[in-house]
Amino acid sequence: MLSRVAERIYWLGRYMERMENTARLINVNSNLLLDLPKGTHIGWTTLIDILGCHEEFANKDIKNEELGIIRFLLSDAGSPVSILFSLRSARENARTTREIIPTEAWELINDTYLYAKENASKSASRGGRTRFLKYIAERSQQFTGLLAGAMSHTSAYEFIRLGRNLERTDMTTRIIDVGSVNLITNNHAGAKPEGTKEDSLEPFINILWMSVLQSLSAYQMYRQHVQDRVNGEDVVMFTLQNADFPRSVASCLAQLVVCLNKLPSAEAALRSVAAAQRRVNAADIADILESSKLHDFIDTVQMDIASIHQDIAATWFLPVTMESA
Amino acid sequence: MHVNWKNYNPGEFYDELISSPGHPRKVARPLAKYLSSLSGNELQERKASAELAIKTMGITFTVYSEGENIDREWPFDIIPRIIPEKEWRRTEKGLIQRLTALNCFIDDVYNEQKIFKDKAMPMELLRKSKNFRKQCVGMKPAFGAWAHICGTDLIKDKDGQFYVLEDNLRVPSGVSYMLENRVVTKRVFPELFENYNIMPITEYPTQLFDTLAAISPRPVDYPEVVVLTPGIYNSAYFEHSYLAQRMGAELVEGGDLVVESDDCVYMRTINGLSRVDVIYRRIDDLFLDPEVFNSESVLGVPGLMRAWLKGNVALANAPGAGVADDKVVYTYVPKMIKYYLDEEPILPNVPSYLCMDKSQCDYVVKNLDKLVVKPANESGGYGMLMGPQASKKERDEFAKRIKADPRNYMAQPLISLSTAPILTPNGVEPRHIDLRPFILQGKDHYVTAGGLTRVALVKGSYVVNSSQGGGSKDTWIVAEGS
Repeated sequence: MLSRVAERIYWLGRYMERMENTARLINVNSNLLLDLPKGTHIGWTTLIDILGCHEEFANKDIKNEELGIIRFLLSDAGSPVSILFSLRSARENARTTREIIPTEAWELINDTYLYAKENASKSASRGGRTRFLKYIAERSQQFTGLLAGAMSHTSAYEFIRLGRNLERTDMTTRIIDVGSVNLITNNHAGAKPEGTKEDSLEPFINILWMSVLQSLSAYQMYRQHVQDRVNGEDVVMFTLQNADFPRSVASCLAQLVVCLNKLPSAEAALRSVAAAQRRVNAADIADILESSKLHDFIDTVQMDIASIHQDIAATWFLPVTMESA
Repeated sequence: MHVNWKNYNPGEFYDELISSPGHPRKVARPLAKYLSSLSGNELQERKASAELAIKTMGITFTVYSEGENIDREWPFDIIPRIIPEKEWRRTEKGLIQRLTALNCFIDDVYNEQKIFKDKAMPMELLRKSKNFRKQCVGMKPAFGAWAHICGTDLIKDKDGQFYVLEDNLRVPSGVSYMLENRVVTKRVFPELFENYNIMPITEYPTQLFDTLAAISPRPVDYPEVVVLTPGIYNSAYFEHSYLAQRMGAELVEGGDLVVESDDCVYMRTINGLSRVDVIYRRIDDLFLDPEVFNSESVLGVPGLMRAWLKGNVALANAPGAGVADDKVVYTYVPKMIKYYLDEEPILPNVPSYLCMDKSQCDYVVKNLDKLVVKPANESGGYGMLMGPQASKKERDEFAKRIKADPRNYMAQPLISLSTAPILTPNGVEPRHIDLRPFILQGKDHYVTAGGLTRVALVKGSYVVNSSQGGGSKDTWIVAEGS
């Protein structure tokens, strides 16, 4: 398989996953805000925090916060975090690797893109949003299923899965991170200042942690696994360390190992995944939360993710010569 | 609008389906009957479903300088063009005969040059040829095949006979659209396939792969065949990707290939470097190798010509094959057939005037208002003069150009291209068409069953190129009486 193709197909996997994650995130936040009283400091800017796109967003002149942010995340072609941007990038990568992926997969991506281009900007309203986002998430899942059933499980398939799982790890850590900033500082160690009534999230902590789980489609699985009321420590443990839930960081990392083991000369990438695994699995969550170090901890995991990507790129994507091969 | 063949009038032109208002040709009768059985709404629905299929399947062609939106949906008309099988069998023979002679000619040009020594063709032709590559002299590709893939443009005049308009021997394109047109037609008119015995066309990619694999310089069971594309901004990128996919070959760009110190070609893969045996290149000669040709080219591969000349890699079409894809050389093809094969040409050329011949040149300049003048080396319909439609000023301007460089021009009488019905918002109307079959030559020959029918979608227009407002149709080769 060509290095260039490996790179494009890896990004195809990442962008399809990113598209789904963004759709899911907007949907959960929409539902959450309906449950929260007006004036809480949790709002739409949380999504800008999660996706880490302050700079891009700051340049926008936006009157209505909700519609402005939704449009930025849904249909703004210039916004690198928008669903339309991910989808267009996925399509460009698919278009240049059409000979590798099953024809149906290309048609699926192309069709989704044409639909989104037509409907994304119309779907910013509360009414239209849900249906559009559900459609987007379903198309990504359909893509995953189609490949699982119709694409030979050779290197090309592994590169798509690498992209998907690394993107998923990245998004899960972002969601936990924002959960920690929004919730834990409010909840833990009585950091809530007295008398700031409109800022009190106390009665809603439960709902907020539930929304973190829902952003990851993890609520139901969490309940089956934890069987206690939803609480911060268990949510962080579940989403970081649970070995069985496919969107937990530990599980995504384990998937990366499976993919990497099927690829040639994967040693460097395997080593950096192992380092990330050690860090995540060995973490004492209770202690980290007690000392308010979750944000710093997530930062180091994010750096691990970045170095896994760098090792993948250095091993397979950069030009090789006879000497280095 | 409902189809009423009595209102369909091809006028003075030869129409492929309807001989005169209300009278479909024998082979077209079931189709004509079926179409008039559909209501106007049904027809428009079928048309819409074809357009949707083209959009979803991503059948596109690329238009230059359109900013971001670089790929456009392929313009397609749903009414197929039908050719009786018997007529096609003869045409097929003629196409093989022609390509065989052309390959003999190219091989001769780069080796013994007998045809010039025997004075069957003037040597001067070669000296002024823009597509003659001196770097190829002495080369002997496998099976004497230089042009492995040829797209020959056929047209019909008022007499209903096929004439050869030109042979595309460099990087002919369009075959993927021929294949996709059939897929779309099957989706749109599945009923018709029950009533007609239509020759299938799907085997083209397999035939192409076999042709390419057979010219591999290494005697291995599974030679590495790749398709070399200039990249996503090329107008035929869709086709490059399509063919690579259907052949199970890698689609490579120049940067994916490297010629190492052993003068072999390798591609950069996730497993390191991997040897390449056959390159189906969709890049023009001059961009193939910056060491030999255009040194500015970033599309090609440095050292590629070295590897080819040493016989370490096969290139299809071979560099230099374009020497026979020249509108002046074209006029000699009937002579070539006699000279190399000692046969009578099965398919006639369109009568042509060579401006390099003094008396013919005088005739051309005096009769510009009746002629179509073409430069020797352009393709895609660029740089030509449609005399009857041009203004006096344009004709005078062109006359100067011809006199300045007579070797570069040839002229033909305006052929009244045949027509076929297309579906317009006002019902069916005749439009001019041509046909591009694809012929393969390596160890064996192969001709596509039919080819790509191109349509000038604008009423009265003769320009069928997709880059200039042309569309296309599915083409059926049908056994009569079926």
